[in-house]
Amino acid sequence: MNNAVPSLELVERVLAADIGGIARMITRAESGLEECRPAMAELYRHTGKAHVVGITGVPGSGKSTLMGKLTAHIRKSGRKVAVVAIDPSSPYSGGAILGDRIRMSELSGDMGIFIRSMATRGSLGGLARATLDAVDVLDAAGFDLVLIETVGVGQDEVDIVQAAHTTVVVSAPGLGDDIQAIKAGVLEIADIHVVSKCDRPDANKTIVDLKAMMTLGLTLSGASGWVVPVIGTSALKMEGVEELVDTIDRHREALESSGELIERQKRIAERRMLKTAEEILRDEFKKHRDGKVSVLIGQMMAHEKNPYAAALDLLAEVRLEGHRQ
Amino acid sequence: MSQGSDIIRILIAKVGLDGHDRGVKIVARTLRDSGMDVIYTGLHRTPEEVVRAAIQEDVDVIGVSILSGAHMTIFPRILELLKENKADDIIVTGGGVIPDEEVDALTKIGVKAILLQDTPPQTIVETIQRLVTERGPR
Ligand SMILES: Nc1nc2c(ncn2[C@@H]2O[C@H](COP(=O)(O)OP(=O)(O)OP(=O)(O)O)[C@@H](O)[C@H]2O)c(=O)[nH]1
Ligand SMILES: [Mg+2]
Repeated sequence: MNNAVPSLELVERVLAADIGGIARMITRAESGLEECRPAMAELYRHTGKAHVVGITGVPGSGKSTLMGKLTAHIRKSGRKVAVVAIDPSSPYSGGAILGDRIRMSELSGDMGIFIRSMATRGSLGGLARATLDAVDVLDAAGFDLVLIETVGVGQDEVDIVQAAHTTVVVSAPGLGDDIQAIKAGVLEIADIHVVSKCDRPDANKTIVDLKAMMTLGLTLSGASGWVVPVIGTSALKMEGVEELVDTIDRHREALESSGELIERQKRIAERRMLKTAEEILRDEFKKHRDGKVSVLIGQMMAHEKNPYAAALDLLAEVRLEGHRQ
Repeated sequence: MSQGSDIIRILIAKVGLDGHDRGVKIVARTLRDSGMDVIYTGLHRTPEEVVRAAIQEDVDVIGVSILSGAHMTIFPRILELLKENKADDIIVTGGGVIPDEEVDALTKIGVKAILLQDTPPQTIVETIQRLVTERGPR
């Protein structure tokens, strides 16, 4: 990073909502290099204003298309919207094809909209490691809403609940023949259910099935007394999009008035701290693989040290590292 | 997984009227398989859309494919927009079907590489990697 702009110099540009500055800062956060930590720390102090909406659902359910319409609609109220769209990295090459933008091309002329594609780079759970760092950058830059499109992995994307204030689960008609395709785990994380592609004749059955399943008590409405709605949308006919925007806004209000927002913020903070600690540990492990780690492994293989004791030694090592900073 | 700082980000766009994307999709897959993050933006993009997306995505490289013969207006426009937006550290490359004398003209105005339709995949990958290395960190 010798000739590169120092990350700390990008902070001011981010706070001034400079697009190039925001974009570069996200790249730095994604790189995970030490160099960007002080800048990210400074930006974090400016976060906490944006409403973060997670949009999840099986591959091809229409998430990106819906986000395009949703974003365009929210813009009508003058609010600034950022989108972070996540796609999987190839486990073989580490590379990725990020194609969600294709479905949002109508948004490209508007300066109040920022779209960023992100690869999972080995993360499971539907998000990338740096997703919430990117959200911080966008939040600090003054975007009123940040929409996250998770990887469409089907039932594994529970991470979004610990990342977003409002979680929208998108189901499309005909993807699985019956509603069982929407696994209970995904069903339960929704604050709002969307049945997309309602221009299709089989959509009504999906809505009916979904509603029936919810009355069976398969959804938790949370402490706020929020009743999880099912909204039919059609990006083709521009139906249901306005209702969805209104519902997201109503959900925000319900979170605020019930105190649930603070609970969720706490949940997000807890999860982030734990996740980050795990990441630090993994990185340290890699860094010391030829040193301390290999010594400990030698001791384990000689049965001089048990795994638990070796792990404690590793943690002690990491702590020493931390103090040095 | 990788720390990512070394992962090249490239935006692939199809500009112009023709509606074939098989070629660019193959290129996109080749680049992914070499470990790059490939932002694929689809068909019929305008230079304005390409540049705006490239800046938001903070890509190292833009790869524009044109088959419909409008390259002598499209590439200069992209380069001009990048300059206007102080984003001319983004490397512009092109592909498709372009006559030799126009390849020279485009190279002169700042298109860093023209990869014609039958360029072997490995050459495409190596060219992109070389251009990014030559540009250095930013
Ligand atoms: N008929 C109809 N088709 C739609 C609608 N919304 C999306 N589609 C189509 O569904 C397909 C998938 O849409 P996307 O928006 O890419 O779905 P996605 O969930 O983002 O997909 P992944 O990101 O790959 O998981 C595309 O071919 C869209 O054109 C809709 O409202 N009606
Ligand atoms: Mg998508």
